[in-house]
Amino acid sequence: MNMVAEIFRPELVCPAGTPAALRTAVEAGADAVYCGFRDETNARNFPGLNFSPAELTESIRFAHDHGAKVLVAINTFPRAGAETLWHDAVARAEGAGADAVILADLGLVAHATVKHPKLRRHLSVQAAASNPDVIRFWAATFDIKRVVLPRVLTVPEIAAINLEISCETEVFVFGGLCVMAEGRCSLSSHATGKSPNMNGVCSPPSHVLYREEGDDLVAELGGWTIDRTPKGVPAPYPTLCKGRFSAGGYSGHVFEDPVSLDAAQLIPPLIEAGVTAFKIEGRQRSRAYTQAVVGAFRKAIDDHVAGRPIASDMTKRLAEGQTTTAGAYKKTWR
Amino acid sequence: MTAVTAANPTLVMGPVLYNWSVDAWVDFHARVADEIDVDRVHVGEVVCSKREPFFADRLPEVIERLQRGGKTVVVDTLALVTVKRERQLVGDLAALDGVEIEINDLTPLATLDFGRRFAVSPLVNVYNEGTLAFLASRGAWSVCLPPELPLAQVEALAREGARLGVETQVFAFGRLPLAISGRCYHARIHGLAKDSCRYVCSEDPDGLEVDTLDGEAFLAVNGVQTMSQDCAVVMDELDALVAASVGAFRLSPQTGDMGVVATAYRDRLAGRIDGAEAMARLATAGLTMPIGPSMMSRAWTPATQPGR
Repeated sequence: MNMVAEIFRPELVCPAGTPAALRTAVEAGADAVYCGFRDETNARNFPGLNFSPAELTESIRFAHDHGAKVLVAINTFPRAGAETLWHDAVARAEGAGADAVILADLGLVAHATVKHPKLRRHLSVQAAASNPDVIRFWAATFDIKRVVLPRVLTVPEIAAINLEISCETEVFVFGGLCVMAEGRCSLSSHATGKSPNMNGVCSPPSHVLYREEGDDLVAELGGWTIDRTPKGVPAPYPTLCKGRFSAGGYSGHVFEDPVSLDAAQLIPPLIEAGVTAFKIEGRQRSRAYTQAVVGAFRKAIDDHVAGRPIASDMTKRLAEGQTTTAGAYKKTWR
Repeated sequence: MTAVTAANPTLVMGPVLYNWSVDAWVDFHARVADEIDVDRVHVGEVVCSKREPFFADRLPEVIERLQRGGKTVVVDTLALVTVKRERQLVGDLAALDGVEIEINDLTPLATLDFGRRFAVSPLVNVYNEGTLAFLASRGAWSVCLPPELPLAQVEALAREGARLGVETQVFAFGRLPLAISGRCYHARIHGLAKDSCRYVCSEDPDGLEVDTLDGEAFLAVNGVQTMSQDCAVVMDELDALVAASVGAFRLSPQTGDMGVVATAYRDRLAGRIDGAEAMARLATAGLTMPIGPSMMSRAWTPATQPGR
């Protein structure tokens, strides 16, 4: 008889930028899909992405028919004088049958708690709730059921948090990597006037310009040089914190190399640490990408739960040639 | 002269965000207490808990000195709270009696007694009326708004603050706090890890300049904090802000003569000098960084063509 204790089966939370991507993610094995409305109420407010209210209703029906949940991200910070837009988004999410809303703003959370008490509330990573005290504040004051943890914590710190709180935690395991505490960064605003908090965009394409200068290709954001590469070398997208700068005699990636997060190998210790759900970043990515990444993480989690090792090369191919990091989960990153 | 208003707004000296030597820090506050014309002074470590032990012993005497100088003293909590020692520090501050505190994230709300007064720093996300109202209901008496807010929204929140009886404050002078991270960039630039940082941030009392590869003055790092390289100045908007009921203006300490800075703002707010004269005086304050516009007064345009 197998005496191994049953391993907790975590929830795999996957991105969907479009109804088609949502169906793809569900069919590839997502336990839950997160998405947002086609406006500035969500932190991936990119052209051609996101859901109309009708698309959301239809997509939620599809997901529920296939046993998956839909979480609606309304995780920008409402604009003074225009809070109605965000309030309406919460009401529409509830009306469409969302399983939860993912919120970041204190005022919006307070509003949802009073006006939509039966709608499950998750705290977005954009709220940067980084310790047990503040998480207990959110849970006790607003009955937050799950907190998406900011990407500034190590695995032992996450374990310590889970010992002291009663709500669930969700962590990012794959995709783009914010190096700043999320929701507490206005670097993009400084360069372009557009920010994740206010506009749901970071280093937006509308402010990106590539220009040739001598033998170099210069990548600019809002008129600032973010990177410079020799012609013929693929130029990176000028995401501000992944750019190259000079400081104190050092020249290079002052904040972070152009890496993406891959914590697939940390799934077992993160489950040990009490994490309930694993999140994949990338609502802006293609359906093919969504399918590959969701499928790979479905297999990784299923393998682990079945007592099989997680294949070490599984996610390497998915990073599309990018270098990956375990980020803040490993203390050495700091 | 153009009179800003008769409302007499409060001038606030923000907390020193950099890692100054203890002696420089004590001397600065002695000067603030005795010579610098501000009404309120913030103390306490905001950016990095590793710096805090150096200042802890001297904090009571600095507070006492400032109070003797007639200043209202506000003690700041840490901006990014993760490990146990940091939570302890924040909990201890929240339990302090007889001194105002300012929160730099929402962690203190977990332990503050209901109704206990607190101020809210520009590092807390207050973007709308709902958030302002919630914080007011929990005891906030002053809220310094995030520097990235456009003028129209600052005005809307200031009017709402006036309705709620909460002072709204604007970050009016200093390198702008733009981001906070788990990672120490000062250490990283020096090839060190955060845990063995050798306190290299103390070598740069105004932060370490980060330039673009084309030599443009862009950002500055201050340990785990990233700032603007410019000293951002709110000046042209003062009339509009005061008219909208902004009650206080924060000057963030830089090396150079903060006395000159405070007097320039005081005289401008009292209508004794005009904006041009105030800017001319700021230029004589011996700042180590360029002066630039605040975020609320900048105009950004999408990229459309090569060149600037």
